[in-house]
Amino acid sequence: MITDHLSVLIIAVGLLGAFFTPIIGLIRKEMCSLWASFIILLQFLISIFLLYQVIIAGNISYWLGGWEPPWGIEYAVDLLNAFVLVIVAGICFSVSIYGRKSLGFEVPDKELPLYTLYILLTTGMLGIVVTGDIFNLYVFLEIGSLAAYALIAMGGRHSLTASFNYMIMGTVSASFILLGIGYLYVMTGTLNMADISALLPSLYGRPVILVAIALLVVGLSIKTALFPLHTWLPDAYTHAPSAVSAVLSGTFTKVGIYALIRVMFTVISPSYVIETVPVMSILSWVAAIGILAGSLLAIAQYDIKRMLAYSSVSQIGYIFLGIGMANKLAMTGGILHILSHSLMKVGLFMVAGAIIYRTGIRNIYQLKGMGKKMPYTMAAFVIGALSMIGIPPTIGFASKFYLAWGALGAGEWVFVVVILLSSLLTAVYFWRIFENAFFGVHEDIKKDEAPISMLLPILAFAVITVLLGLLASLPIGIIEQWVTGVLP
Amino acid sequence: MVLDIIFAKYNYIIYITLMTIGFYGMIGKRNLIKKLIGMSIFQYSIFLFYVSAADVSGGTAPILLKEPAVYVNPLPHVLILTAIVVAVSTLAVGLSLVIRIYKEFGTLDEDKIIELSR
Repeated sequence: MITDHLSVLIIAVGLLGAFFTPIIGLIRKEMCSLWASFIILLQFLISIFLLYQVIIAGNISYWLGGWEPPWGIEYAVDLLNAFVLVIVAGICFSVSIYGRKSLGFEVPDKELPLYTLYILLTTGMLGIVVTGDIFNLYVFLEIGSLAAYALIAMGGRHSLTASFNYMIMGTVSASFILLGIGYLYVMTGTLNMADISALLPSLYGRPVILVAIALLVVGLSIKTALFPLHTWLPDAYTHAPSAVSAVLSGTFTKVGIYALIRVMFTVISPSYVIETVPVMSILSWVAAIGILAGSLLAIAQYDIKRMLAYSSVSQIGYIFLGIGMANKLAMTGGILHILSHSLMKVGLFMVAGAIIYRTGIRNIYQLKGMGKKMPYTMAAFVIGALSMIGIPPTIGFASKFYLAWGALGAGEWVFVVVILLSSLLTAVYFWRIFENAFFGVHEDIKKDEAPISMLLPILAFAVITVLLGLLASLPIGIIEQWVTGVLP
Repeated sequence: MVLDIIFAKYNYIIYITLMTIGFYGMIGKRNLIKKLIGMSIFQYSIFLFYVSAADVSGGTAPILLKEPAVYVNPLPHVLILTAIVVAVSTLAVGLSLVIRIYKEFGTLDEDKIIELSR
């Protein structure tokens, strides 16, 4: 049956699709974006089906080429994988529809490499999530990263240096990850995640395991732009084409966080990283500093995309805070924040792209009257921003509520204060945009809305942000089931 | 005693040394090409670690012989072949970025590029 092979098909479809994109582009250039949307739609459908299968029938294990693990490569899908797969594929699909106009405007006449790289980026991210082999994870991470460097570099003059810096940082991070994997491999003699986690407990006294954990944590923290290692992120997101910034902020950093959760909680056992070595509590304190620092830096920005980038740094802190506290409620909140931050930040970046498409304005003090000029787009922006601040009934409220609840349960009063304070700071930096866009000078401004192919995804994200906020029990149910299985 | 460790594990010492050199090249050098050279040295030092870890003293190549023999572990070599491909592609992306940067700014010196992009 073909349904048995879905977890490998999601990768195979993407790789084949990327291969055929230039050929299709040679016949008709305009077909490229449609083709990319079609391929990613297929991947999205497969990922939804995988989630359905995992919920109905339990974890999926696929042996590549029929070789039994730990000798062969295994694709293992459990609830967390399937959940992140749906987020990644869904966002890549919506942005590919949005990008038809936006990328056509910001990166004219480069459809062939653009959409090939876009499909490769999507496939690389899906590969990181779906694989159960730790070296395979590194390879997919590099496929995604290389595509990301090239995509960022398409944004023009300033994006070149941003991309170069990202490449240097990204290579350091990937090398650390490779080295960490090497240390784990040397100690256990296997690369299969389930097999490593079975063999590790007898080796926990050895210093090599500590070094491996240190390398993996630092490497993945660079990829996810945790606060002191975030320096590549603002430049890259500011100067990349808007659709690319949207995809990277919504999915690429989240996939890095997924990899960290996977390595820390299923490859290495939770009790080791929580109790024996306090990796998780260190991460949560770093995250708490990052939340405040990111928000403060965002207030200081006047470029709308740069402000959103610094806001990403702060929001990634929330996810790390939830994971770092490592109790059931906070962890649920942290993983839910992967979903909510993806939804709202992609929506906000798409709005920024729509404004740039229509008017070319990036400075938030020049946005006067934008509420009249592009009413629907700005309405979506308001919903995204409210979700960012954490106002019910949006999804951002649900995840922040769980985070604060978990912090209260653990007796971590400092973290509760950090969460509340940062919500206020978030309100401050979004308020500047509200003030300029809606309460500015009232001249005669004609309505000049973004084109429909850009407006639809923007509105869809706004609606989903609210809808999922009302139906938050759906994703929470999935996450809680996974968290209960992992945490003692 | 110390000398024994140095002579027994010299390839690991070389790997750490190379890694440090590469790291310095990436951070300390202001020329973009030199940064890329540092990046490559950094990556290749890790390959040396993998291949050293695979070695079995007195082992032969892992091919099927008539009489049983001691083999070196072939898996790290295969992994490193993959990692070499990744490193080469990274270098290619990096060099093409450098070409674009040179065309755009007319220099490869990082300080001058930062000044020009203000």
